[in-house]
Amino acid sequence: MMAPIIDMKGVTKNFGGFRALDGIDLQVAEGEIVVVVGPSGSGKSTLIRCINQLEEHGGGTIEVDGHAVRKGANLTAIRAEVGMVFQSFNLFPHLSVLRNVALAPVRVRGLSWHEADARARKLLVRVGLEDQIEKYPAQLSGGQQQRVGIARALAMEPKVLLFDEPTSALDPEMVGEVLDVMQQLAKTGVTMIVVTHEMGFARKVANRVVFMDAGRIVEQGPPQTLFDAPRDPRLRSFLNAILSH
Amino acid sequence: MSFFDAFLNWSVFVQTLPLLISGLTITIGLGLCAIVLGLIGGMLLALLRLYGPSPLRKIAIAYIDIFRAIPLLVLLVVVYYALPFAGLRFTPFTSATLALSLVSAAYSAEIFRAGIEGVPKGQFEAARALGLNAFRRMSDVILPQAIKLVIPPITSNSINVLKDTALASVVAMPDLLKQATQAQALAANPTPLISAALIYIVLLLPLVRLVGVFERRLAARGK
Repeated sequence: MMAPIIDMKGVTKNFGGFRALDGIDLQVAEGEIVVVVGPSGSGKSTLIRCINQLEEHGGGTIEVDGHAVRKGANLTAIRAEVGMVFQSFNLFPHLSVLRNVALAPVRVRGLSWHEADARARKLLVRVGLEDQIEKYPAQLSGGQQQRVGIARALAMEPKVLLFDEPTSALDPEMVGEVLDVMQQLAKTGVTMIVVTHEMGFARKVANRVVFMDAGRIVEQGPPQTLFDAPRDPRLRSFLNAILSH
Repeated sequence: MSFFDAFLNWSVFVQTLPLLISGLTITIGLGLCAIVLGLIGGMLLALLRLYGPSPLRKIAIAYIDIFRAIPLLVLLVVVYYALPFAGLRFTPFTSATLALSLVSAAYSAEIFRAGIEGVPKGQFEAARALGLNAFRRMSDVILPQAIKLVIPPITSNSINVLKDTALASVVAMPDLLKQATQAQALAANPTPLISAALIYIVLLLPLVRLVGVFERRLAARGK
Protein backbone atom coordinates (compact mmCIF):
# COMPACT_ATOMS: atom_id res chain seq x y z
CA MET A 1 0.00 0.00 0.00
CA MET A 2 1.16 3.55 -0.80
CA ALA A 3 1.87 5.90 2.07
CA PRO A 4 -1.56 6.71 3.51
CA ILE A 5 -2.88 10.24 3.06
CA ILE A 6 -4.21 10.13 6.59
CA ASP A 7 -2.31 8.28 9.26
CA MET A 8 -3.59 8.28 12.84
CA LYS A 9 -1.64 6.39 15.47
CA GLY A 10 -2.79 5.91 19.05
CA VAL A 11 -4.86 9.09 19.00
CA THR A 12 -6.61 10.00 22.24
CA LYS A 13 -8.85 12.86 23.21
CA ASN A 14 -10.45 13.72 26.53
CA PHE A 15 -13.26 16.16 27.21
CA GLY A 16 -12.78 16.80 30.90
CA GLY A 17 -13.06 13.35 32.43
CA PHE A 18 -14.76 11.84 29.38
CA ARG A 19 -12.54 9.84 27.04
CA ALA A 20 -13.88 10.65 23.57
CA LEU A 21 -11.10 8.92 21.64
CA ASP A 22 -9.32 6.00 23.23
CA GLY A 23 -6.37 5.04 21.05
CA ILE A 24 -7.44 5.42 17.43
CA ASP A 25 -5.32 3.80 14.71
CA LEU A 26 -6.61 4.62 11.28
CA GLN A 27 -4.89 4.77 7.91
CA VAL A 28 -6.73 6.07 4.87
CA ALA A 29 -5.27 5.62 1.40
CA GLU A 30 -5.51 8.22 -1.31
CA GLY A 31 -8.83 7.94 -3.13
CA GLU A 32 -10.38 5.74 -0.48
CA ILE A 33 -13.95 6.32 0.69
CA VAL A 34 -14.24 5.55 4.38
CA VAL A 35 -17.58 5.70 6.14
CA VAL A 36 -17.52 5.94 9.93
CA VAL A 37 -20.55 4.65 11.78
CA GLY A 38 -21.39 4.10 15.41
CA PRO A 39 -23.80 5.05 18.17
CA SER A 40 -23.97 8.72 19.17
CA GLY A 41 -21.23 9.63 21.60
CA SER A 42 -18.95 6.95 20.16
CA GLY A 43 -16.40 9.58 19.08
CA LYS A 44 -16.86 9.48 15.32
CA SER A 45 -17.31 13.26 14.92
CA THR A 46 -14.43 13.90 17.30
CA LEU A 47 -12.28 11.60 15.20
CA ILE A 48 -12.69 13.56 11.99
CA ARG A 49 -12.59 16.91 13.83
CA CYS A 50 -9.13 15.98 15.10
CA ILE A 51 -7.90 15.49 11.55
CA ASN A 52 -8.25 19.23 10.81
CA GLN A 53 -7.77 20.19 14.48
CA LEU A 54 -11.16 21.67 15.15
CA GLU A 55 -10.50 19.52 18.19
CA GLU A 56 -6.96 19.25 19.46
CA HIS A 57 -6.05 15.63 20.18
CA GLY A 58 -4.37 14.70 23.43
CA GLY A 59 -2.03 11.79 22.76
CA GLY A 60 -0.86 9.98 19.65
CA THR A 61 0.04 11.32 16.22
CA ILE A 62 -1.93 12.41 13.18
CA GLU A 63 -0.36 12.91 9.78
CA VAL A 64 -2.00 14.33 6.69
CA ASP A 65 -0.06 13.62 3.51
CA GLY A 66 3.08 13.10 5.55
CA HIS A 67 2.76 16.32 7.58
CA ALA A 68 2.27 16.05 11.32
CA VAL A 69 -0.95 17.74 12.45
CA ARG A 70 -0.30 19.90 15.49
CA LYS A 71 -1.15 23.34 16.72
CA GLY A 72 1.28 25.69 15.03
CA ALA A 73 2.31 27.50 11.92
CA ASN A 74 1.57 24.88 9.27
CA LEU A 75 -1.93 24.17 10.55
CA THR A 76 -3.66 26.55 8.14
CA ALA A 77 -1.69 24.94 5.31
CA ILE A 78 -2.91 21.48 6.36
CA ARG A 79 -6.48 22.71 6.73
CA ALA A 80 -6.34 24.07 3.20
CA GLU A 81 -5.81 20.48 2.00
CA VAL A 82 -8.61 19.06 4.14
CA GLY A 83 -12.13 20.15 3.23
CA MET A 84 -14.97 19.79 5.69
CA VAL A 85 -18.73 19.62 5.30
CA PHE A 86 -20.69 20.29 8.49
CA GLN A 87 -23.91 18.91 9.86
CA SER A 88 -25.28 22.44 10.28
CA PHE A 89 -23.82 23.68 6.95
CA ASN A 90 -22.15 26.72 8.56
CA LEU A 91 -22.39 28.79 5.41
CA PHE A 92 -21.41 32.43 5.78
CA PRO A 93 -24.77 34.23 6.00
CA HIS A 94 -23.42 37.65 4.97
CA LEU A 95 -21.97 36.39 1.68
CA SER A 96 -23.74 35.33 -1.49
CA VAL A 97 -23.67 31.68 -2.49
CA LEU A 98 -21.00 32.49 -5.07
CA ARG A 99 -18.82 34.32 -2.56
CA ASN A 100 -19.23 31.57 0.02
CA VAL A 101 -17.57 29.25 -2.45
CA ALA A 102 -15.04 31.72 -3.89
CA LEU A 103 -13.78 33.24 -0.61
CA ALA A 104 -11.22 30.67 0.51
CA PRO A 105 -9.63 30.13 -2.93
CA VAL A 106 -8.93 33.88 -3.01
CA ARG A 107 -7.80 34.28 0.59
CA VAL A 108 -5.91 31.01 0.97
CA ARG A 109 -4.88 29.94 -2.53
CA GLY A 110 -4.27 33.44 -3.82
CA LEU A 111 -6.60 33.22 -6.82
CA SER A 112 -8.03 36.43 -8.24
CA TRP A 113 -11.73 37.02 -7.61
CA HIS A 114 -12.28 36.52 -11.32
CA GLU A 115 -10.65 33.08 -11.29
CA ALA A 116 -12.28 32.08 -8.02
CA ASP A 117 -15.74 33.14 -9.19
CA ALA A 118 -15.29 31.08 -12.33
CA ARG A 119 -14.24 28.07 -10.28
CA ALA A 120 -17.17 28.60 -7.90
CA ARG A 121 -19.65 28.84 -10.76
CA LYS A 122 -18.40 25.56 -12.22
CA LEU A 123 -18.75 23.80 -8.88
CA LEU A 124 -22.20 25.24 -8.23
CA VAL A 125 -23.31 23.95 -11.61
CA ARG A 126 -21.90 20.57 -10.65
CA VAL A 127 -23.99 20.45 -7.46
CA GLY A 128 -27.04 21.62 -9.39
CA LEU A 129 -27.30 25.15 -8.01
CA GLU A 130 -26.60 27.25 -11.10
CA ASP A 131 -29.82 29.20 -10.51
CA GLN A 132 -29.03 30.09 -6.90
CA ILE A 133 -25.61 31.70 -7.39
CA GLU A 134 -26.58 35.26 -6.46
CA LYS A 135 -28.77 34.27 -3.51
CA TYR A 136 -27.86 34.31 0.16
CA PRO A 137 -27.75 31.15 2.29
CA ALA A 138 -30.91 32.07 4.22
CA GLN A 139 -32.86 32.03 0.94
CA LEU A 140 -32.00 28.39 0.25
CA SER A 141 -33.47 25.12 1.50
CA GLY A 142 -31.40 22.93 3.80
CA GLY A 143 -30.49 20.55 1.00
CA GLN A 144 -29.40 23.42 -1.22
CA GLN A 145 -27.37 24.93 1.60
CA GLN A 146 -25.57 21.66 2.17
CA ARG A 147 -24.77 21.39 -1.53
CA VAL A 148 -23.25 24.88 -1.32
CA GLY A 149 -21.29 23.61 1.68
CA ILE A 150 -19.93 20.78 -0.46
CA ALA A 151 -19.06 23.18 -3.30
CA ARG A 152 -17.33 25.47 -0.80
CA ALA A 153 -15.16 22.60 0.44
CA LEU A 154 -14.41 21.44 -3.12
CA ALA A 155 -13.35 24.92 -4.24
CA MET A 156 -10.13 24.51 -2.28
CA GLU A 157 -9.37 21.39 -4.32
CA PRO A 158 -8.56 19.53 -1.11
CA LYS A 159 -6.78 16.21 -0.95
CA VAL A 160 -9.23 14.94 1.65
CA LEU A 161 -12.89 15.70 2.28
CA LEU A 162 -14.41 15.22 5.72
CA PHE A 163 -18.17 14.94 6.11
CA ASP A 164 -19.55 15.37 9.61
CA GLU A 165 -23.08 13.91 9.51
CA PRO A 166 -23.88 15.94 6.39
CA THR A 167 -27.52 14.85 6.16
CA SER A 168 -28.49 14.68 9.84
CA ALA A 169 -29.92 18.21 9.97
CA LEU A 170 -31.92 17.83 6.77
CA ASP A 171 -35.61 17.19 6.24
CA PRO A 172 -35.98 13.63 4.93
CA GLU A 173 -36.98 14.72 1.42
CA MET A 174 -33.68 16.59 1.02
CA VAL A 175 -31.35 13.83 2.12
CA GLY A 176 -31.34 12.24 -1.32
CA GLU A 177 -30.13 15.29 -3.23
CA VAL A 178 -27.13 15.66 -0.91
CA LEU A 179 -26.26 11.96 -0.98
CA ASP A 180 -26.48 12.04 -4.79
CA VAL A 181 -23.89 14.81 -4.93
CA MET A 182 -21.66 12.91 -2.52
CA GLN A 183 -22.00 9.76 -4.57
CA GLN A 184 -20.99 11.62 -7.73
CA LEU A 185 -18.06 13.02 -5.82
CA ALA A 186 -16.92 9.58 -4.71
CA LYS A 187 -16.40 8.63 -8.35
CA THR A 188 -13.91 11.46 -8.94
CA GLY A 189 -11.17 9.85 -6.90
CA VAL A 190 -11.12 12.31 -4.01
CA THR A 191 -10.43 10.83 -0.59
CA MET A 192 -13.52 10.98 1.60
CA ILE A 193 -14.16 10.26 5.25
CA VAL A 194 -17.86 10.35 5.97
CA VAL A 195 -19.51 10.20 9.37
CA THR A 196 -23.12 9.29 8.74
CA HIS A 197 -26.13 7.22 9.76
CA GLU A 198 -27.05 6.60 6.11
CA MET A 199 -26.34 2.88 5.87
CA GLY A 200 -27.58 2.72 2.30
CA PHE A 201 -24.95 5.27 1.30
CA ALA A 202 -22.27 3.38 3.19
CA ARG A 203 -23.18 0.13 1.48
CA LYS A 204 -23.23 1.66 -1.98
CA VAL A 205 -20.29 4.04 -1.86
CA ALA A 206 -17.83 3.07 0.85
CA ASN A 207 -14.64 1.12 0.18
CA ARG A 208 -14.41 0.57 3.89
CA VAL A 209 -16.75 1.00 6.84
CA VAL A 210 -15.35 1.75 10.27
CA PHE A 211 -17.50 0.98 13.30
CA MET A 212 -16.72 2.94 16.45
CA ASP A 213 -17.92 2.49 20.00
CA ALA A 214 -16.81 4.24 23.18
CA GLY A 215 -13.91 6.04 21.49
CA ARG A 216 -12.44 2.96 19.84
CA ILE A 217 -12.53 1.42 16.39
CA VAL A 218 -14.24 -1.87 17.12
CA GLU A 219 -14.49 -3.36 13.68
CA GLN A 220 -13.77 -2.33 10.11
CA GLY A 221 -13.90 -3.78 6.66
CA PRO A 222 -15.70 -3.66 3.31
CA PRO A 223 -19.38 -2.75 3.72
CA GLN A 224 -20.67 -6.18 2.66
CA THR A 225 -18.57 -7.96 5.25
CA LEU A 226 -19.33 -5.48 7.98
CA PHE A 227 -23.08 -5.25 7.42
CA ASP A 228 -23.77 -8.86 6.43
CA ALA A 229 -21.34 -10.68 8.69
CA PRO A 230 -20.69 -8.50 11.73
CA ARG A 231 -18.44 -10.19 14.29
CA ASP A 232 -18.48 -7.88 17.27
CA PRO A 233 -21.63 -8.09 19.42
CA ARG A 234 -21.71 -4.27 19.80
CA LEU A 235 -21.77 -3.88 16.01
CA ARG A 236 -24.52 -6.48 15.78
CA SER A 237 -26.72 -4.71 18.29
CA PHE A 238 -25.99 -1.35 16.62
CA LEU A 239 -27.03 -2.73 13.24
CA ASN A 240 -30.11 -4.33 14.71
CA ALA A 241 -31.14 -1.05 16.32
CA ILE A 242 -30.57 0.96 13.17
CA LEU A 243 -31.96 -1.46 10.58
CA SER A 244 -34.95 -2.73 12.53
CA HIS A 245 -37.15 0.29 11.75
CA MET B 1 -39.70 90.66 32.55
CA SER B 2 -42.13 88.27 30.88
CA PHE B 3 -41.48 84.58 30.38
CA PHE B 4 -40.77 85.10 26.69
CA ASP B 5 -38.40 88.00 27.28
CA ALA B 6 -36.48 85.95 29.81
CA PHE B 7 -36.28 82.50 28.22
CA LEU B 8 -37.22 82.79 24.57
CA ASN B 9 -35.94 86.23 23.75
CA TRP B 10 -35.78 86.48 19.95
CA SER B 11 -33.28 89.33 19.67
CA VAL B 12 -30.93 87.67 22.18
CA PHE B 13 -31.31 84.44 20.26
CA VAL B 14 -30.38 86.07 16.96
CA GLN B 15 -27.47 87.95 18.54
CA THR B 16 -25.94 84.91 20.18
CA LEU B 17 -26.69 82.39 17.44
CA PRO B 18 -23.29 82.74 15.69
CA LEU B 19 -21.59 81.98 19.00
CA LEU B 20 -23.78 78.92 19.49
CA ILE B 21 -23.13 77.70 15.95
CA SER B 22 -19.37 77.95 16.46
CA GLY B 23 -19.82 75.99 19.68
CA LEU B 24 -21.92 73.41 17.86
CA THR B 25 -19.23 72.80 15.23
CA ILE B 26 -16.72 72.19 18.01
CA THR B 27 -19.12 69.87 19.81
CA ILE B 28 -19.65 67.87 16.62
CA GLY B 29 -15.94 67.85 15.75
CA LEU B 30 -15.01 66.71 19.23
CA GLY B 31 -17.78 64.12 19.23
CA LEU B 32 -16.76 62.65 15.88
CA CYS B 33 -13.07 62.46 16.78
CA ALA B 34 -13.85 60.77 20.09
CA ILE B 35 -16.34 58.35 18.51
CA VAL B 36 -13.95 57.28 15.74
CA LEU B 37 -10.96 56.91 18.07
CA GLY B 38 -13.13 55.12 20.63
CA LEU B 39 -14.34 52.63 18.02
CA ILE B 40 -10.84 51.88 16.76
CA GLY B 41 -9.50 51.55 20.31
CA GLY B 42 -12.50 49.49 21.35
CA MET B 43 -12.05 47.03 18.48
CA LEU B 44 -8.35 46.60 19.27
CA LEU B 45 -9.11 46.10 22.96
CA ALA B 46 -11.85 43.58 22.22
CA LEU B 47 -9.56 41.54 19.94
CA LEU B 48 -6.75 41.68 22.50
CA ARG B 49 -9.09 40.66 25.28
CA LEU B 50 -10.40 37.69 23.29
CA TYR B 51 -7.34 36.53 21.36
CA GLY B 52 -4.27 38.33 22.68
CA PRO B 53 -1.41 36.54 24.39
CA SER B 54 -2.00 36.23 28.13
CA PRO B 55 -0.15 39.36 29.39
CA LEU B 56 -1.76 41.62 26.79
CA ARG B 57 -5.13 40.05 27.51
CA LYS B 58 -4.79 40.91 31.18
CA ILE B 59 -3.75 44.46 30.35
CA ALA B 60 -6.80 44.82 28.10
CA ILE B 61 -9.10 43.54 30.85
CA ALA B 62 -7.54 45.94 33.38
CA TYR B 63 -7.87 48.85 30.97
CA ILE B 64 -11.50 48.08 30.20
CA ASP B 65 -12.41 47.77 33.88
CA ILE B 66 -10.56 50.91 35.00
CA PHE B 67 -11.90 53.16 32.28
CA ARG B 68 -15.44 51.98 32.85
CA ALA B 69 -15.05 52.69 36.55
CA ILE B 70 -13.59 56.20 36.40
CA PRO B 71 -16.09 59.08 36.08
CA LEU B 72 -15.52 60.86 32.79
CA LEU B 73 -15.51 64.29 34.42
CA VAL B 74 -12.79 63.18 36.84
CA LEU B 75 -10.68 61.79 34.00
CA LEU B 76 -11.11 64.98 32.02
CA VAL B 77 -9.98 67.11 34.94
CA VAL B 78 -7.02 64.82 35.60
CA VAL B 79 -5.92 64.94 31.97
CA TYR B 80 -6.25 68.71 31.70
CA TYR B 81 -5.26 69.94 35.15
CA ALA B 82 -3.08 67.19 36.63
CA LEU B 83 -1.01 65.83 33.74
CA PRO B 84 0.72 69.20 33.11
CA PHE B 85 2.47 68.64 36.43
CA ALA B 86 3.98 65.53 34.84
CA GLY B 87 5.05 67.60 31.86
CA LEU B 88 2.12 66.49 29.69
CA ARG B 89 0.31 69.58 28.51
CA PHE B 90 -2.60 69.20 26.12
CA THR B 91 -4.88 71.72 24.49
CA PRO B 92 -8.49 71.65 25.68
CA PHE B 93 -9.51 69.91 22.44
CA THR B 94 -6.85 67.23 22.78
CA SER B 95 -7.62 66.72 26.47
CA ALA B 96 -11.31 66.34 25.80
CA THR B 97 -10.80 64.03 22.81
CA LEU B 98 -8.39 61.94 24.83
CA ALA B 99 -10.64 61.57 27.88
CA LEU B 100 -13.76 60.87 25.81
CA SER B 101 -12.12 58.31 23.53
CA LEU B 102 -10.26 56.54 26.35
CA VAL B 103 -13.57 55.90 28.10
CA SER B 104 -15.53 55.22 24.92
CA ALA B 105 -12.93 52.64 23.86
CA ALA B 106 -13.53 50.70 27.09
CA TYR B 107 -17.30 50.60 26.55
CA SER B 108 -16.96 49.86 22.81
CA ALA B 109 -14.59 47.00 23.61
CA GLU B 110 -17.23 45.28 25.70
CA ILE B 111 -19.84 45.81 23.00
CA PHE B 112 -17.57 44.40 20.27
CA ARG B 113 -16.64 41.46 22.47
CA ALA B 114 -20.30 40.61 22.98
CA GLY B 115 -20.81 40.92 19.21
CA ILE B 116 -17.93 38.57 18.39
CA GLU B 117 -19.13 36.09 20.99
CA GLY B 118 -22.61 36.33 19.48
CA VAL B 119 -21.40 34.88 16.17
CA PRO B 120 -22.23 31.15 16.13
CA LYS B 121 -19.39 28.73 16.85
CA GLY B 122 -19.95 27.01 13.51
CA GLN B 123 -18.84 30.17 11.69
CA PHE B 124 -15.47 30.09 13.43
CA GLU B 125 -15.14 26.39 12.66
CA ALA B 126 -16.04 26.76 8.99
CA ALA B 127 -13.54 29.61 8.61
CA ARG B 128 -10.83 27.57 10.30
CA ALA B 129 -11.61 24.42 8.34
CA LEU B 130 -11.18 26.33 5.06
CA GLY B 131 -7.63 27.24 6.03
CA LEU B 132 -8.24 30.98 6.46
CA ASN B 133 -5.61 32.56 8.69
CA ALA B 134 -6.55 34.37 11.91
CA PHE B 135 -6.68 37.79 10.26
CA ARG B 136 -8.89 36.60 7.40
CA ARG B 137 -11.17 34.68 9.73
CA MET B 138 -11.85 37.92 11.54
CA SER B 139 -11.95 40.34 8.61
CA ASP B 140 -13.95 38.21 6.18
CA VAL B 141 -16.15 36.00 8.32
CA ILE B 142 -16.53 36.98 11.98
CA LEU B 143 -16.39 40.78 12.13
CA PRO B 144 -18.87 41.47 9.33
CA GLN B 145 -21.39 39.39 11.26
CA ALA B 146 -20.40 40.74 14.68
CA ILE B 147 -20.64 44.35 13.56
CA LYS B 148 -24.18 43.84 12.28
CA LEU B 149 -25.09 42.54 15.73
CA VAL B 150 -23.61 45.52 17.56
CA ILE B 151 -24.83 48.41 15.41
CA PRO B 152 -27.65 49.30 17.87
CA PRO B 153 -25.50 49.35 21.04
CA ILE B 154 -22.61 51.05 19.25
CA THR B 155 -24.95 53.78 18.00
CA SER B 156 -26.26 54.13 21.53
CA ASN B 157 -22.72 54.46 22.86
CA SER B 158 -21.92 57.06 20.21
CA ILE B 159 -24.89 59.11 21.37
CA ASN B 160 -23.50 59.02 24.89
CA VAL B 161 -20.11 60.21 23.65
CA LEU B 162 -21.73 63.08 21.79
CA LYS B 163 -23.69 64.05 24.91
CA ASP B 164 -20.64 63.79 27.12
CA THR B 165 -18.79 66.33 24.98
CA ALA B 166 -20.66 68.92 27.07
CA LEU B 167 -18.38 68.00 29.96
CA ALA B 168 -15.49 69.47 27.96
CA SER B 169 -16.76 72.93 28.86
CA VAL B 170 -15.04 72.52 32.25
CA VAL B 171 -11.62 72.45 30.56
CA ALA B 172 -12.27 75.75 28.80
CA MET B 173 -13.32 74.03 25.59
CA PRO B 174 -15.49 76.47 23.60
CA ASP B 175 -18.11 73.83 22.80
CA LEU B 176 -21.83 74.40 22.53
CA LEU B 177 -22.50 74.44 26.28
CA LYS B 178 -19.52 76.68 27.05
CA GLN B 179 -20.51 79.16 24.34
CA ALA B 180 -24.07 79.15 25.60
CA THR B 181 -23.06 79.94 29.19
CA GLN B 182 -20.79 82.70 27.91
CA ALA B 183 -23.52 84.12 25.72
CA GLN B 184 -25.84 84.02 28.69
CA ALA B 185 -23.37 86.05 30.73
CA LEU B 186 -22.88 88.57 27.92
CA ALA B 187 -26.56 89.03 27.21
CA ALA B 188 -27.57 88.75 30.86
CA ASN B 189 -30.36 86.51 29.63
CA PRO B 190 -30.81 82.70 29.77
CA THR B 191 -32.16 82.40 26.23
CA PRO B 192 -28.83 81.04 24.88
CA LEU B 193 -28.99 78.21 27.39
CA ILE B 194 -32.48 77.26 26.29
CA SER B 195 -31.32 77.50 22.66
CA ALA B 196 -28.34 75.25 23.39
CA ALA B 197 -30.59 72.67 25.06
CA LEU B 198 -32.86 72.67 22.01
CA ILE B 199 -29.89 72.32 19.65
CA TYR B 200 -28.65 69.28 21.61
CA ILE B 201 -32.09 67.72 21.35
CA VAL B 202 -32.41 68.44 17.62
CA LEU B 203 -28.95 66.94 17.07
CA LEU B 204 -29.46 63.79 19.13
CA LEU B 205 -33.14 62.95 18.80
CA PRO B 206 -32.78 61.52 15.25
CA LEU B 207 -29.90 59.35 16.44
CA VAL B 208 -31.96 58.07 19.34
CA ARG B 209 -34.75 57.17 16.91
CA LEU B 210 -32.19 55.49 14.67
CA VAL B 211 -31.18 53.09 17.46
CA GLY B 212 -34.79 51.94 17.66
CA VAL B 213 -34.91 51.39 13.90
CA PHE B 214 -31.66 49.40 13.97
CA GLU B 215 -32.90 47.27 16.85
CA ARG B 216 -36.16 46.43 15.07
CA ARG B 217 -34.28 45.59 11.88
CA LEU B 218 -31.93 43.28 13.75
CA ALA B 219 -34.83 41.58 15.52
CA ALA B 220 -36.57 41.04 12.18
CA ARG B 221 -33.43 39.52 10.69
CA GLY B 222 -33.10 37.13 13.60
CA LYS B 223 -36.52 35.60 12.92
